[in-house]
Amino acid sequence: MESNLITEDKQKNKLEKAFEILKTMASKPSGLIGLTIVLFHVVLALISPYIAPYDYKAISPNTMLLAPSAEHWFGTDSLGRDVFTRTILGGRTALTVTFFGSLIALLWGGLLGIFCGLVGGKIDDVVMRVVDAFLSIPWILAMLLIVSLLGTSTEVLIPALGFFYGKGIVRVARAATHDVIAKDFIVSARARGHSNMSIIWNEIIPNVRDAILVEGAMRWSWMLLGFSSLSFLGFGVSPPTPDWGLMISNARGLMSFAYWSVIAPIVGLSSLIIGINLTADAFAKALGIDRSTKAPV
Amino acid sequence: MLLLILKRIGLGLITLFIVSLITFVGVEVLPGDACTTYLEREAYGAALDTCIKRLGLDVPAYERYLDWASNVVRGDFGYSLSGEMPINEVLGPRVKNSLVLASVSILIGIPLAIVLGIITALWRDKLPDIMISTITIFSMTIPEFISATLLILIVAIWLGWLPGIVIIPSDATFYELLSNIILPVVAISMIMTAHMARMVRSSVIQVMASDYVQMAILKGVPYWKMVFRHVLPNALLPAINVVALTIAWLLGGVVVTEVVFNYPGLGRLVIESISNRDLPVVQALAIILASIYVGINLIADLMTLMLNPRLKSLQIRK
Repeated sequence: MESNLITEDKQKNKLEKAFEILKTMASKPSGLIGLTIVLFHVVLALISPYIAPYDYKAISPNTMLLAPSAEHWFGTDSLGRDVFTRTILGGRTALTVTFFGSLIALLWGGLLGIFCGLVGGKIDDVVMRVVDAFLSIPWILAMLLIVSLLGTSTEVLIPALGFFYGKGIVRVARAATHDVIAKDFIVSARARGHSNMSIIWNEIIPNVRDAILVEGAMRWSWMLLGFSSLSFLGFGVSPPTPDWGLMISNARGLMSFAYWSVIAPIVGLSSLIIGINLTADAFAKALGIDRSTKAPV
Repeated sequence: MLLLILKRIGLGLITLFIVSLITFVGVEVLPGDACTTYLEREAYGAALDTCIKRLGLDVPAYERYLDWASNVVRGDFGYSLSGEMPINEVLGPRVKNSLVLASVSILIGIPLAIVLGIITALWRDKLPDIMISTITIFSMTIPEFISATLLILIVAIWLGWLPGIVIIPSDATFYELLSNIILPVVAISMIMTAHMARMVRSSVIQVMASDYVQMAILKGVPYWKMVFRHVLPNALLPAINVVALTIAWLLGGVVVTEVVFNYPGLGRLVIESISNRDLPVVQALAIILASIYVGINLIADLMTLMLNPRLKSLQIRK
C-alpha cells in the first residue's frame, strides 16, 4: 500500500514537472511562438486529410499554373494540382519520418553514449573513433549513398535517418555520463554491488536524460532539414506524395511566373523548422542547458 | 607540444582510415557491385566483363581495398565509369571551383560573424542584439535550398539584378567564376555567418561575466580597451573549434547550394555521381570530403593549441 502511494506520488510529480517545464517554455515569447507553431503543424498534419478541398494527386490539364483564386487559394502547380491541398498535406510524411527517426536516434545514440561513458577504456576508444569517422562523412553523402542503394521508401528512410543522426547524440550522452560518473552516488552504487545495467537505469539515465532530450529535440529539426533536402534533391519520398521539399524542387523551374506554387511549401517548411528550433531552444533553457556554444555536429 | 601535435595528426589519419573502410565495406556489403549497379539492366556479357576487368573486381575484396588505398595515398582515385576517364581529371576543375566558392564565403563570413557576434554580445538584449539575433535565427534554421531558392526568386527574378543560375562550364576561368558566384556566396555565407555569430556572442557574454573582466572594470580600464585586450582574445579562442565544426558541417549545405545554383563544383558532382550510380567516384568524394573535414578540425585544434598560452606551458611542464 505504502509503496503504491509513493509511485503515485512520483507519477504526479512527473506530470507536474512536465507541466512546469511547459509553463516555463511558454513564458517567453520565443518559446510560446515555437510551441504554437509546432502544435499548429501537428494538428494540421492530423486533420489535413479530412479538410483537404481537392485530391492531392488529381492531374488536370485545364487548371495548370492558375494564380491564387477563390477556388484555388494558393493557385495550382504545373500539373494542375491544387497547391493548398498539397501544402497542408505536405508536412505529414516529413513529420512522421523525422519523429520516428528522432526516437530511434535518441534510443541508440543515448544508450551507446551512456554505455561508452560508463565502461570507458578500450571499447570507449574504439567506439568514439568510429563515431568520429561517421561524423566526418558529410551527412548528405552518406544519406544519398544509403538511399540510392536501398531505395527511398519510408521503411528505409526512418532507420537510415535515425542511425545517421544518432551518432552526434552518442557524444553528448557520453559527455553527460562523464559528468555524472564521478559523483558519489555512482561510487556508492558500485560499492553496494549494483550491476552496470542497474547503475545505468537507476542512477545515470535520470541524470543525463535532460541533456539527451534537448539534443534529441535539436536533432529533430536537423533531421527535418536533412529529410527535406533529400526530397528536394530527388532522393527522398517519391512523387506524387505531397512533400514540401519535393514541391519546392518541382515548382522551382517555373517560379518566374508561378511563384505561388513555390512560396506555399517554403512557408510551410520554414515555419515548421523555425517552430521546432524555437521550441528546442526554449526546452533547453527551461531545463537549464546552454546549447548556444555548441557546433551543429 | 610536438608530441601533442603528432598525436592529433595521428588521430586524424586513423579517422580517415576508418572512413575509407566504412565507404569500402558499405559499397561491398550493400547489394550489387560497382559494375552491376552502374550498368543496371545491361549488366551481362561483354559489357559486364570489360567493366569488371577495368575496375579489377575479379580479385578478392581485401586485395582490392589495399590496392585502392595505396593508390589513393599516392593521389590516384581510379577510373570514373560514367565519365569514362580517370577520376582525377573529373575532380580537378570541380575541386578548384568549390574551393573558390568556399574560400570567398569564408573570407566574407568569418569577419562578419565576429563583428556581428561582438555587437550582439555588447548590446545584449538591446535593440541591435534583438534585431541581429532574430535575423541570425532565421537564416540559421531555414534549409539552404529554401534560402537559395528565395534569393533567386527575389534578387534574380523579381529585381532582375543578377543571373539566377550559374551557366558556366566546369573549367571556367577564375574571373568567370567570380562574376558568377555572388548569389551562391550570399546563400552559403548567410548560414555560416549566422551560426558563427551566435557562438561568438555567447562566448563573449561568458567572458564578460568572468572575474578578471569584472576586475578590469573595477580597476578602471577604459571600456573599449577592456573589450579588445581582455575580452576578445579569450572569447575568440574557444570559438575557433566551433567555427571549424561549423564549416565542416556546411559541406553538406554546400552540396545543396551548388545544386540549386547549378554551380559546377564538388557538391554537384556528388549528386551527379550518385544519380549515375558511379560508385568509384562516390568513394573518392567520400574520402576527399572527409579529409577536408578532418583537415579543418586539425587546423582548428592546432590553432587553439598555439594560441592558448596555458596549454603551451602545461606541455612544457610535462
